[in-house]
Amino acid sequence: MTRTRAPWPFVSPALLAIGLFFVVPAIASLFLSFTDFDIYALADLNNLRFVGFDNYTRLTGNPLFWRAMGNTLWFVMLGVPLVVALSLAAALLVNARTLHWKPLWRVALFAPYVTTLVATAVVWRYLLHTRYGLVNYALGWFGIEPIDWLGSPTASLPAILIFVAWKTFGYNMIIFMAALQTVPHELHEAARIDGAGPWARFRHVTLPAIAPVVLLVSILSVAGFFQLFAEPYVMTQGGPAQSTVTVLYFMYEEGFKWWNLGSGAAVAFILFVMIFAVTLAQLAVAKRAERA
Amino acid sequence: MRWSLERWVVTAAAAIFALVTLAPLLWMLSVSFMAPGEAAAFPPPLIPTDPTLANYRELFVTYGIGKYFGNSLLLATLATLLALLFTVPAGYAFAKLRFKGRDGIFQVLVGALVIPGQIGMLPLFLMLKGMGLVNSYAGALVPWLAGIFGIFLVRQYCLSIPDEMLEAARVDGASEGRIFRSIVLPMLTPILVTLALFVFLGSWNDFMWPLIILADQDLYTLPVALAALSREHVQDNELMMAGSVVTTLPVLILFLALQRFYMSGLLAGSVKG
Repeated sequence: MTRTRAPWPFVSPALLAIGLFFVVPAIASLFLSFTDFDIYALADLNNLRFVGFDNYTRLTGNPLFWRAMGNTLWFVMLGVPLVVALSLAAALLVNARTLHWKPLWRVALFAPYVTTLVATAVVWRYLLHTRYGLVNYALGWFGIEPIDWLGSPTASLPAILIFVAWKTFGYNMIIFMAALQTVPHELHEAARIDGAGPWARFRHVTLPAIAPVVLLVSILSVAGFFQLFAEPYVMTQGGPAQSTVTVLYFMYEEGFKWWNLGSGAAVAFILFVMIFAVTLAQLAVAKRAERA
Repeated sequence: MRWSLERWVVTAAAAIFALVTLAPLLWMLSVSFMAPGEAAAFPPPLIPTDPTLANYRELFVTYGIGKYFGNSLLLATLATLLALLFTVPAGYAFAKLRFKGRDGIFQVLVGALVIPGQIGMLPLFLMLKGMGLVNSYAGALVPWLAGIFGIFLVRQYCLSIPDEMLEAARVDGASEGRIFRSIVLPMLTPILVTLALFVFLGSWNDFMWPLIILADQDLYTLPVALAALSREHVQDNELMMAGSVVTTLPVLILFLALQRFYMSGLLAGSVKG
């Protein structure tokens, strides 16, 4: 008898905490999104009303909501390929058989990932300074005129993308390196003997072998780029001209600046549905590619 | 190894890549030792002409950053202890104890890993407000109790513990709690270090939840205080760099010291899909 009862002291604290602080709030978010929970309801719950899809219809009429959606989709569409390409290139370089002092380069390239996001966002705000920033200074060597990275509505989104790519590529690089080590060396040798150049070997030997990991990394990156918040909060405060307001930033302002918690919950739910939909689409595309 | 031409080219490429990657961090460190206003020059100075600790002194004396440092340290330590306390026994049970619904519950938990925590942030805030935990460390710590990833990590590790060992202890009459404490826990040391490191760094670096839940400035963690400070001191380049160093150097050092544990956990976690 004691054998069957024994597990519960082990699992129940964790399951209780997960239920109470993760599952219940996630489900409550959906309910909250059908109410007009605002600062008046916060003061007195009697002011709370069930409003059906009102929050959702009001959001579709809010230009800032569409701006946030558009910006976030740009972040995902530009950021995911950028991070996947950058981290794969880094992994190929550090994985090169002829490279000296591999552990050193691996740690150096991974280091930005463990730094504090807010702190490095502050650093990058100065790196991207139009007149005194190192980025424009370095671009100057190549004859590129100074760019007003954080002050222009067209450059602000790429500026944050560069920062996020710098911050996160190390993580994906480590995953790619592990995958690359499973590609049999004999396959490379065979392709080399057949006269395949480096690009052909990458395209026809390496890439097919690590395809599932490329999918994994892009799914993780999609979720990451959908959840940008601290980056615009610290670097641009959503500006200039709302060019870097993300969905999560919009949710934060709806919920905790204007105390429109019902509307904020609707935004949270839309964000979840979008992440879910894009992930499913990626899996579907991957499955089709596998069959082809 | 011989230094052929190819080796030179590949190693030089890696060195340049690494230098560009580390440049922001090195620059942060260098500017933090510059006199106020020194970095606002063209071309941007790379090395302080007359290194000074003035920015650090101002941070600690005028802006009391030592207090925020203490807050972050306390919160990250508590988060780590609580997360270990809640998730490690559960991870072990999901791997080694047989009970009804075990595999079903675990499948659901793994599926829930894809749900971002921000989805429930607003209701969680309201719940904690009802419980009187808003603007307290208890409220800030709550998400760390519900660490599904930790359960997953510990379970994967526990699967390698031989069943015969546990059975032998049971035959000898040891209770399940005793077996866990005296036999299992000592074997789990590497994964405990990994998990502790993940939670500590995660809590130290966390921004959005402490920003929401901690309203009182005296309770601010380093990232929240730094973000607030950087909004007021946009022009004070050197001061903000010193603040960034204070915030990020502890976690960088911790990572460098324990990177073996960090990397192994990262790879174990990424194959969850």
